[in-house]
Amino acid sequence: MKIAILSDIHGNREAYEAAIAAAQAAGATRFAVLGDIVGYGADPEWCVERTRALAEAGAIVVRGNHDEAIATSASGMNETARIALDWTRNMLPGPSRLFLSRLPLTATLDDMLFVHAEGSRPERWRYVLETEDARSHFEGTAARISFCGHVHKPCLYGTVDAGKVTRFVPGPADIPLLAQRRWLAVVGSVGQPRDGRPEAAFALYDSVSLDLSFLRAAYDVEAAAAKILQAGLPSRLAERLAEGR
Amino acid sequence: MATTATHRLTTGSVIDGFTIGALAHRGGMARLWHVTHPDIDFPLVMKVPMIGEGDDPAAIVSFEMEQMILPRLSGPHVPRFVANGDFSTQPYIVLEQLPGTSLYPMLERLPLPPDEVAALGASIATALSALHRQFVVHLDVKPSNVLFRETGEAVLIDYGLARHTQLPDLMDEEFRLPYGTAPYMAPEQVMGTRSDYRSDLFALGVLLYFFATGRRPFGDPQRLSGLKRRLWRDPVPPRALNAAISPEFQEVILRCLEVNPAARHPSAAQLALELKDLSAVPLTARAARLSRDGFFKVLKRRFDPDRMEAMRPQQAAAHLAGAPIVAVAIDVNDGAPELADALLRTVQRVVETTPNARIACLNVLKLNRIALDHTLDEEGRNKHVQRLVALKAWARPLGAAEGAVTFHVIEAVSPAEAILEFARENQVDHIVMGARAASTMRSLLGSVSGEVAAHAPCTVTVVRRPYVAPPEGAGGAEDMRA
Repeated sequence: MKIAILSDIHGNREAYEAAIAAAQAAGATRFAVLGDIVGYGADPEWCVERTRALAEAGAIVVRGNHDEAIATSASGMNETARIALDWTRNMLPGPSRLFLSRLPLTATLDDMLFVHAEGSRPERWRYVLETEDARSHFEGTAARISFCGHVHKPCLYGTVDAGKVTRFVPGPADIPLLAQRRWLAVVGSVGQPRDGRPEAAFALYDSVSLDLSFLRAAYDVEAAAAKILQAGLPSRLAERLAEGR
Repeated sequence: MATTATHRLTTGSVIDGFTIGALAHRGGMARLWHVTHPDIDFPLVMKVPMIGEGDDPAAIVSFEMEQMILPRLSGPHVPRFVANGDFSTQPYIVLEQLPGTSLYPMLERLPLPPDEVAALGASIATALSALHRQFVVHLDVKPSNVLFRETGEAVLIDYGLARHTQLPDLMDEEFRLPYGTAPYMAPEQVMGTRSDYRSDLFALGVLLYFFATGRRPFGDPQRLSGLKRRLWRDPVPPRALNAAISPEFQEVILRCLEVNPAARHPSAAQLALELKDLSAVPLTARAARLSRDGFFKVLKRRFDPDRMEAMRPQQAAAHLAGAPIVAVAIDVNDGAPELADALLRTVQRVVETTPNARIACLNVLKLNRIALDHTLDEEGRNKHVQRLVALKAWARPLGAAEGAVTFHVIEAVSPAEAILEFARENQVDHIVMGARAASTMRSLLGSVSGEVAAHAPCTVTVVRRPYVAPPEGAGGAEDMRA
């Protein structure tokens, strides 16, 4: 089975469409969406409804902090994020808000765990930025392979029982997730990449060959940025799409 | 380890279709068994790691690295991968069994004649180039890890310390000590860098030095402090130990042994090119040295913090793309100055944008297809020298760095074949050549550039002179050379 893992869509329809199409072209037969479907981008409703359709077709979907803030509040966030969330809350119809509020924090499938942030206390929305964060995740969870988002840069952590954790910034090559190790893949962001490349980032995992690929899909950045400006959202949110920062 | 194999392999047992034969080798980290499989008709070996209480944990991690890297390698310079065994039942790797022995037994009869060592070195450098192009740094190049196929290609074995720069490095995070073989380890490897392709060039330099002089340039230190000596203490120049070594060969060996990776050859392919034709090696101060640096110079190096800083781990993954071999085929007798100019400008752009490129200027001295020319001896030598002079004159305006340009006059019946063969043998990345103007001869005999472009193993740029509308009635037999 080839499963495509998409995270941090952030209301970017153009990026989401491109990533889904690229995943299908790469042979994905199943999808997992790791949350932050909304926030920042100008098409929250479209992205939520597209995710709902994926879920109805069997996709795994978990909740991100931006999704949660739609039903609660964005008080803990920075100003730009708060402005974008208040705007998003007004734009989303009731059924879309209901869909987001009912998403689980985690989901599992075979030996895989899907979660938005660091998995030992998923409700705390901790970032996995370095090996110590990954160690907390490995110690607090049991799955052999975990996928998370939240950090908008792709990264792969690995460990054995001894407790040493390796950190690797992936390139274009497929990486074999050796069966005797545990792995945590930070899949990057579909709708707002921050690793210096504007293309939508996502991952594709082959559960038979154990190969994990970190993939990119080029999309119409200008169109997505223009919509953000048109909606009156902070201009920084439009500019950073082209920079991938 | 999550799971540890408890299986005991014995001759005659069968695992995943492989029948275990005789024990071929018992090493510190793994055992090698001869195995057979009903569907595979070439000889096989199965490598089984030693994993148990008290075994070196590095044995397991280095075995995992091999399981990751070997299936991703291909070509004649690596052992053919057949199968990986799962850790949950029995970890193993099955590979093609290579014929013959490694270079290790040769250590008994060192030093070898320099020509023989250079030829060995060229083969190993070619194998390293093939490996580096697949994103792998070997990091344990030494005589016992080099074998030769019956067809002559060098094969590099044992990837237990290797690094695939596009895969996670399990060794790097697991262990603090530098892993490698003490006499051969590059300075940056001693300091913990595991991603620089040029570490392999250093190890090959140690091997060349050892084989040509009978002495290891940095001895065989047993402790980290002894390993670090090579960061500041230069080796005895090889010519001081063996006068039969040419200045050119010493130049190449000492360049491999430069402490700073950036001062070594920019790529294994460029090193191979020099080892294949030592006469074309541009000489620097390295070639003339007959003694080690003096006390004060060494002392200064030893306590120069900047220099030590430069050895700290640095990623050099991208350097290969910046160090191509560019072959420029130049027809010095063409008599079309606009074309020669256009060719020069094209190559100049390469020199400006890619300072580590090696420009190999080629000229094909055409041999007569039928007659065996008896008068050619003296005349032929003269022609050869004339062509070299003309090539050098052509390249002078390039203003390339010393040593960045080499000159090759090749005698051949077919120019296109000669250029293609040079490109294949020297792992050329890019061929630049001029296109002849349309002529009757070209339409009868075909174009050299067309044939090269159709069959080249690399990128080909065909340069034309600036376009001008042809005058009335043009297109005669202006050029009789095909």
